[in-house]
Amino acid sequence: MITETHFRDTVVEMLRRAETSLPRDVLAALKRAWKRERDPLARFHYKMMFKNLELAEKLKVPLCQDTGIFTFFIKLGRELRLTFDITKALEEAVKTATRLVPLRENTVDPITRKPLPGNTGRGQPAIHIELAPGRGLQLDLLVKGAGTENYGRLFMMRPKGGPEAIEQAVLKTLEEAGGKSCPPNIVGVGVGGSMETAPLLAKKALLRPLHRANPDAELAKLERRIESAANGLGTGPMGLGGKTTVLKVLIERAACHTASLPVAVALQCWPARRAKAITVDGKLRVVEP
Amino acid sequence: MVTARDKVYSRVIAGERPPIDLQGGVVYHCGPLARRTPRGWQVISAGPTTSARLDPMQVDFVRATGVRALIGKGGVGEEVAKNLARLGCIYLAFTGGAGALAASQVEEVENIFWEELGPEAIWVLRVRDFGPMVVAVDLRGNNLFLRRKTRTNAK
Repeated sequence: MITETHFRDTVVEMLRRAETSLPRDVLAALKRAWKRERDPLARFHYKMMFKNLELAEKLKVPLCQDTGIFTFFIKLGRELRLTFDITKALEEAVKTATRLVPLRENTVDPITRKPLPGNTGRGQPAIHIELAPGRGLQLDLLVKGAGTENYGRLFMMRPKGGPEAIEQAVLKTLEEAGGKSCPPNIVGVGVGGSMETAPLLAKKALLRPLHRANPDAELAKLERRIESAANGLGTGPMGLGGKTTVLKVLIERAACHTASLPVAVALQCWPARRAKAITVDGKLRVVEP
Repeated sequence: MVTARDKVYSRVIAGERPPIDLQGGVVYHCGPLARRTPRGWQVISAGPTTSARLDPMQVDFVRATGVRALIGKGGVGEEVAKNLARLGCIYLAFTGGAGALAASQVEEVENIFWEELGPEAIWVLRVRDFGPMVVAVDLRGNNLFLRRKTRTNAK
């Protein structure tokens, strides 16, 4: 049985690990990007990144001071009976993590800009629950600061735009972002769906480990094509020039209206913060990072 | 150096005199993550924020305060860069996301002004060997953030 305390403690641990360390696949991608660079200025930024990662691990502090806002994707087994309010438990976990990790208090009222406590407030954290067969529970956490959030985009392209349109949407977003989204970036793309599900797909895409190939061969090919074009922009680490502007492009698709082609682009920064917990023998375990 | 970003900039532009003399000083675009301890403030993570958000207020802010160096990430707009150079102010790029590293180079929080702004307050930080940083905009208006465009054009 999953108690509220066990659930809350797990989420606090997810937040702590996500904020203070990088997933292994992202670290590996950054190292590969560094090795590709010959330009001393580009190499310098990678050295700073690695120094930061080492220090954050040693001191157990957040990699970046913008500890972001949070999206939880939850797969809830239909046969699992939870005796507590998931939303309340997630809010409590976020408040606790804010105090303990600690995290910067980032949430405000959108109009008055009045600060709200403990990274909560109406709609924060963002929670998306999906029912699944069985009695397991899977929690995925995505942390995003304003650097990348402010370059999230939704385009309603010409319906017959095809792969070119998707590529254009990504390149336009990256050109606007430049060095402001802390490149090299990971790019999540949601193709199809509708105006609210395309962005959701784009964020879900960011949950995939970089070394795992897209099971959809057509999308895998498009991912590689767009990566190549994006790296051709020459933006590089911190926007000061370099060979790698994107570590990976991750595309998810969904059916859409015959007269629409929604394309959403979600960027993740080089300190790509994400975490995953799953049930193992009825108990939640943080498996990533 | 002192931190200043969106809310502080807005107040200065609105005509409010900063509570500390910034003439000839260094402004760091940052909202630190810090914790109050019995021994004083402990800065936990303090990397730069996106300077370009301040572009609409940047030149007026520098003119009003007499600041000589800005530290941030992502650069400033082309027109802003040219005007900064005219005002004798340079822009230093600190690697974005390197919050733990930046915090480790802060020796002490000497003071906080406009504390009600929380992370957006004016934090007066004594630092040692802050960086290394890149002079991204110099006194001649050379702008390294335009570098990538040249690279793309040259292909």
